[in-house]
Amino acid sequence: MIDQVEVNQQLMFDGESDEKQFLTFMMHDEEYGMDILAVQEIRGWEPVTTIPNSPNFVRGAMNLRGTIVPIIDLRMRFGINAIEYGPLTVVIVVSVQIKDQQKIMGLVVDAVSDVYSIAEEKAKDVPDFQDSDNAYFVHGLVNVGQKMVVLLNLEKVLDLSDKSGLKG
Amino acid sequence: MSIDLSQFFDVFFEESFEGLDAMEAELLNLEPGKEDSETINTIFRAAHSIKGGSGTFGFVSVSDFTHVLETLLDQIRDGQRTLTAEHVNLLLKSVDCVRGLLGALQAEEEPDLSESNELKARFEAILGGESAEEVEGESQEDTTQSLQSTTYQIDFKPEPHLFKTGNEPLYMFSELAELGQLEVAAFHDGIPDFLEFDPEDCFLHWRFFLTTSKPEQAISEIFEWVEDDADIKIEACGGLFEDDTNATAEINTPEAADLPEPITVTEESTPEIKAEPAPKADENIAAVQKKVESAKNTKKSADSTATSIRVGIDKVDSLINMVGELVITQAMLSQIGDQEITESSIAALQEGLTQLAHNTRDLQENVMRIRMLPISFVFSRFPRLVRDTSQKLNKQVELKLVGEQTELDKTVMEKLSDPMVHLVRNSLDHGLETPEERIANGKDPVGTVTLNAFHQGGNIVIEIMDDGKGLDTEKIRSKAIANGLISESDDLSVEEVNELIFMPGFSTADSVSDISGRGVGMDVVRRNIQALNGSVEVTSKQGVGSTFTIRLPLTLAILDGQLVQVATHTYIIPLISIVESLQIDISKVSKVGKGLEVLRLRDEYIPILRLYDIFSHQGAREELDKTLLVVVESDNYKIGLLVDDLLAQQQVVIKSLEANYQKVDGISGATILGDGTVSLIIDISGLIKLSGLRRPGSTELLVDLKGEEAEPV
Repeated sequence: MIDQVEVNQQLMFDGESDEKQFLTFMMHDEEYGMDILAVQEIRGWEPVTTIPNSPNFVRGAMNLRGTIVPIIDLRMRFGINAIEYGPLTVVIVVSVQIKDQQKIMGLVVDAVSDVYSIAEEKAKDVPDFQDSDNAYFVHGLVNVGQKMVVLLNLEKVLDLSDKSGLKG
Repeated sequence: MSIDLSQFFDVFFEESFEGLDAMEAELLNLEPGKEDSETINTIFRAAHSIKGGSGTFGFVSVSDFTHVLETLLDQIRDGQRTLTAEHVNLLLKSVDCVRGLLGALQAEEEPDLSESNELKARFEAILGGESAEEVEGESQEDTTQSLQSTTYQIDFKPEPHLFKTGNEPLYMFSELAELGQLEVAAFHDGIPDFLEFDPEDCFLHWRFFLTTSKPEQAISEIFEWVEDDADIKIEACGGLFEDDTNATAEINTPEAADLPEPITVTEESTPEIKAEPAPKADENIAAVQKKVESAKNTKKSADSTATSIRVGIDKVDSLINMVGELVITQAMLSQIGDQEITESSIAALQEGLTQLAHNTRDLQENVMRIRMLPISFVFSRFPRLVRDTSQKLNKQVELKLVGEQTELDKTVMEKLSDPMVHLVRNSLDHGLETPEERIANGKDPVGTVTLNAFHQGGNIVIEIMDDGKGLDTEKIRSKAIANGLISESDDLSVEEVNELIFMPGFSTADSVSDISGRGVGMDVVRRNIQALNGSVEVTSKQGVGSTFTIRLPLTLAILDGQLVQVATHTYIIPLISIVESLQIDISKVSKVGKGLEVLRLRDEYIPILRLYDIFSHQGAREELDKTLLVVVESDNYKIGLLVDDLLAQQQVVIKSLEANYQKVDGISGATILGDGTVSLIIDISGLIKLSGLRRPGSTELLVDLKGEEAEPV
């Protein structure tokens, strides 16, 4: 049984077991990564419809070919200062399973960066930074060359009903 | 058998269930002594087609049972027997029974025959009471396999046009084969020269020898449908032909002598109408049944989701018309595209594009409407339910259905049915009093249960009202204390106490009946409705009655909306809830309580809700005299919404905001406007709650809005 699993993995990843692909993006000069399989598409920023009384990081709702998709500003979600949206600003549309429900949401980030293949075990545990709320959203840290990439736990980032990691 | 009958099973079941529904509805219309022949005929026809169909497909249990039913109906139809209440009850029960049988067959289970046999016996008892002939026929058919069997000689000589009438002799033959030992001979002497041969005509004729214990009537019944299209002779041969092989030999006597030799059953010229001897036919039927089983096995899992809907032919026709228009417009546009571009062709192009936009919108709206069905599909089951339940409870009930044509999405409808059944049963059992109690209270002995459906905003609202005794708040309170749901010291309003009936494990019924009272009810109802993103509320007045209100969002509905502007944002107010829109006369605005402004409008005080305030938008006009007030009504309360401007009115398609986001207070959904942007639809009753005008769960507004002079007379 175990052998079979290994064979499958080898077939899938061409010999390099346990590697996952991550899409990375820039935000506040840091590089963040998310599982590329969750990404549906990447779009330029366009004005959205404000949802009344929503948390400040929810920019509003957008029409994605007939589906109403909420747009979340990741900077604000992490409590980083907002900046003016520019030509590089993109919306990464992701599809994530949140509590038995598949939800499609858009994340506004400064710019997309790269795609890396990263072995799961290389992801380092998050150092104990108790004073930061954002640790809650982080799945792990990984070094790619000279850079450090923060891998995000999308389920937690996008679970809006969970208030534990929120600022303000 | 060359035709795989199992492919028609689905259609058969669907039609039969529809037939049963029709029977049920008509039976409920029947009043003994006042029956009209059209109603009886409708019931008879439904029963007859179920019998015919089930016979064709070899569902003997169903066809046998419907046969007795049909016999009774036939006698009533012919006026040989007068309809009694007992008949109606029995017929209704048999509708259920057949439904059960068909359901079991559809799920390829072995149908439980005990109920049908019992009912059949009762039918036979009724039939036997008067007609001796009938008794003989029936009892012979059902009980006596061992009775002396008779051999019949059947000559079946169809007219050439038999096939064109849609009759398939093969089915009749296999039905014959079911009756007993069957011997077939086919004659092909009628086949003309090849040049004159018309492949669609029937040139064959047959002779059968059937040894059966069934009466002659059973045989003639098989040929019932082709009586006019064929020459049929059925004669008993006595015990002459004990041996079937002898029988074939013997028929070539006088009459048959000038006929050519009977061809064998495997004759090539008639591959699709070949007749087969009995045992083989049996095998075939068994094989078909097996096929059904296997087919059903694979389908089983899909059954629950892949259902079909019936769409009115007018809806389809209008769709076809629209597609036609679309095609014409498209042709026009491509023609313009081929021409050289001149000023006039640009104008024509623009016109064409407008036309195209118009066509597309019409088409889109109509396609959306196809999924919408009138709620009468759910309501239609209640007359029966109320009738049965009220008989069981010895109560007199009148059921009123209002707003049956209210349309809602099919998926919602399916899930709505069970909670509604529960609520109606509750109203009958707990709500309505017995006739004696009602008379004692000075009420009409006949209680009324009203089902009312209507659209309100983006919701469909279904009210289940009874004029019974209402909820007994004291009893609910003491029960809740006894069950530990609340404590003695809790000070609850009447509404809050009434809300308690939705708590799990709560029942105030003194005795547990099989109708309701096990305490697993209302919480399940609420849960089911909440699962549809809906809500259920109760209002009640002791001695006057209670009303349960189910509110469900129209998941896939179209709504007439009024677009309004608040600061830079566009919202949609459901047109149906708008009473009027007006400019505010400041002199009639006064402040009450904690800064709440009310406008005196004619004889009413309308609280003013500033939308920009509730939705926390910046940059809206705040001066009352520069804005517009949209007066809306919800739950019988009127409120005024302050907006910057009124924009267009248009139909919008409601989209869920919750699917990818979460519930937003005061917003019932979203839609996409013509320019592709998202606009939010305002939920009036949610807005009232959000604004703090009303306590949750309460139906009264916190502020006493109806001043003394506005008191309703």
